[in-house]
Amino acid sequence: MSRVQTLQSLFKRYRRPGDIVFAWFILGFSVLLLSQIADQTAWRNGGKLFAQPRFWPAVSLGGTSVFAALHLISSALSDRIEGRWKEVLLWFKSLEYAGWFIAYALVVPYVGYLPTTVAFALALAVRVGYRKISTLVISALSAVVIVVLFKTLLKVNLPSGLMYESLPDGLRQIMLTYF
Amino acid sequence: MENLLAGFEMLARWDVVLALFIGSIGGVIIGAIPGVGPAVAIAILLPATFGLDPIVGLTMLLGIYGSSMYGGAIPAVLINTPGTAVNALTSYDGYPMTQRGEAHRAVSLAYSASFWGGIFGILCLILLSPVLALVAPMFGSREIFLAALLGIILVILAHRGQIFAAGLLAMFGIFLQTVGLDAVTYTQRYTFGQSFLSSGVNLIVVVLGLFALSQAFFLLTEPDNSPDAKPVTGKMSAGIKELLKHKRVATVASGFGVVLGMIPGTGEFTAQFMSYTYAQKTSKDPDAFGKGSPEGLIASEAANNAVPAAAMIPLLALGIPGEALTAMMLSVFYVHNVIPGPQLFQNNIDLVYGLYFALIALNVIVMVFLLFSTNLLTKIIRVPTRFLGVMILLLSFVGVYSLRNSLTDCMIAAGFGVLGLILKRLNLPIVPIILGMVLGGIMEVKLRSSMPRLKTPFDMIDRPISFILFALILIVLALHVRTLIKEWRAHEPEADHDLHDSQMR
Repeated sequence: MSRVQTLQSLFKRYRRPGDIVFAWFILGFSVLLLSQIADQTAWRNGGKLFAQPRFWPAVSLGGTSVFAALHLISSALSDRIEGRWKEVLLWFKSLEYAGWFIAYALVVPYVGYLPTTVAFALALAVRVGYRKISTLVISALSAVVIVVLFKTLLKVNLPSGLMYESLPDGLRQIMLTYF
Repeated sequence: MENLLAGFEMLARWDVVLALFIGSIGGVIIGAIPGVGPAVAIAILLPATFGLDPIVGLTMLLGIYGSSMYGGAIPAVLINTPGTAVNALTSYDGYPMTQRGEAHRAVSLAYSASFWGGIFGILCLILLSPVLALVAPMFGSREIFLAALLGIILVILAHRGQIFAAGLLAMFGIFLQTVGLDAVTYTQRYTFGQSFLSSGVNLIVVVLGLFALSQAFFLLTEPDNSPDAKPVTGKMSAGIKELLKHKRVATVASGFGVVLGMIPGTGEFTAQFMSYTYAQKTSKDPDAFGKGSPEGLIASEAANNAVPAAAMIPLLALGIPGEALTAMMLSVFYVHNVIPGPQLFQNNIDLVYGLYFALIALNVIVMVFLLFSTNLLTKIIRVPTRFLGVMILLLSFVGVYSLRNSLTDCMIAAGFGVLGLILKRLNLPIVPIILGMVLGGIMEVKLRSSMPRLKTPFDMIDRPISFILFALILIVLALHVRTLIKEWRAHEPEADHDLHDSQMR
């Protein structure tokens, strides 16, 4: 096939395995939300339709549901692509990393930004398969650079660790302010 | 003239100059590494820039936006892997040139074409400014509502072949911005009695989840890979001479970039493909396209680099972002209480000119940097992808947590990260969600504020600009229906491709 394609064909997107699972999920989710509209939004008597607080949630959820139904139909009418459940399994596997992220956010206020970042950089590097000492050292150093750049230099609003309180006086102040 | 000087003065500060250097050089590096794109970088840096002066923060983000495509051309040409999504077409002709042993020619030509496109875009922006200052005040609530509506329609229709998915995601984005306490009636909307939902779903949290965290998850769940680019030898300035032989293609491609960059929802892809088609149709050697044609390379790079300047036009003049990156920048304006829109040209024209000069400066900085550091960049892009994933995950924390030190935000961002991963894996677009959130908010506010002046529905379009916008909406929809009918009649099965993996990077 020619590598140069027409404008139209270049704009097409194509389905991937697992498309129909996503289509079912998003349709169910939007219909569920839409069914709650009377409970979750208010209607002001006498107000104009377009100014009602319910108007935009209704339009957007109605639109989401209609488009989701159409997406589902088009997905169901297309040829089945192999590897659907393998793909869905991968989505679930990504939850592990979401868990890592939340755990990181949970630990920082207690242990402090610098130690947590270095520890998580090392642990995650090991988790994803790096074993070479040089790679692990680079991971730890990169974590230190991130902390110095954002907390020390840019003074981004990040919490100091409760654990820093137990450090000796001089060091405590430095750690609380810069790391 | 006074305004021009005031704009120039804005840039003549050490912190702005530093931000410009960090943004533009950082942008090239980020663009050159396949796996991180400007969207990831801007999402992470966004909260960090809130504490800076508007001009400093915006200059840095603009630097990343404007320069990433220069860097993205390097892996596109050398290893057939576009550094940023919009360099995909560059690899069509760039990589065959590398295979022929003309890597140096291809890279230097890509830089020169990018520079041409970049500068052309800014010159158009400067020349259009007086017109914008004149037209922008004619945009009242109704016009801005209709322009935002047109933007949403274009965003959906631009995702050909996935219009239903783009539609549902854009609508979902509009829904997300309605969650929380309604600012006018003080009633709760979809808060389910949870206090953390009362303040709504924060755009930055969603952006960080969908762009940055999802990319981290994506890289961490994929097999490890380390791109290997060979060093390039030769003078990088050689491309400028060759470019001058193809001035016509470069200028027309830049023109497409400017026009389509201004239209919300279309942007780099449309501009590139239109210029590419134009270049091929008017070329003396159309068969060489896709096999290493310098004209194809020029068309693609000049078009995509003309877009950032043009994309600033609807953002600055109307406060309407056309794509994800300008939508993120909009939040920087809001944080500093500088509201882009018609008033900006009257009250903060110095800021507008300051941004223009920043754009010119960043193109010059990037060009000079690239002339000397291409081989350094070929080494940097060898970063293993999973390592990159670890770093993006750690950096995303800075972005999310620094907003308001909230663990709930981190959880919401992680949730959107998983959603983003699913969308990326399915090759579905992420941008409609973000634009839905931003444009949905604009539509709601503007429709409400125009209500008191409307007696009948026709009052909505009784002014010239609003009528034109309404006509445009009808034309866009009619053209789409016409294309669908034509396609239905032609009915050709299409081959699969990954060109639209825009959200991958």
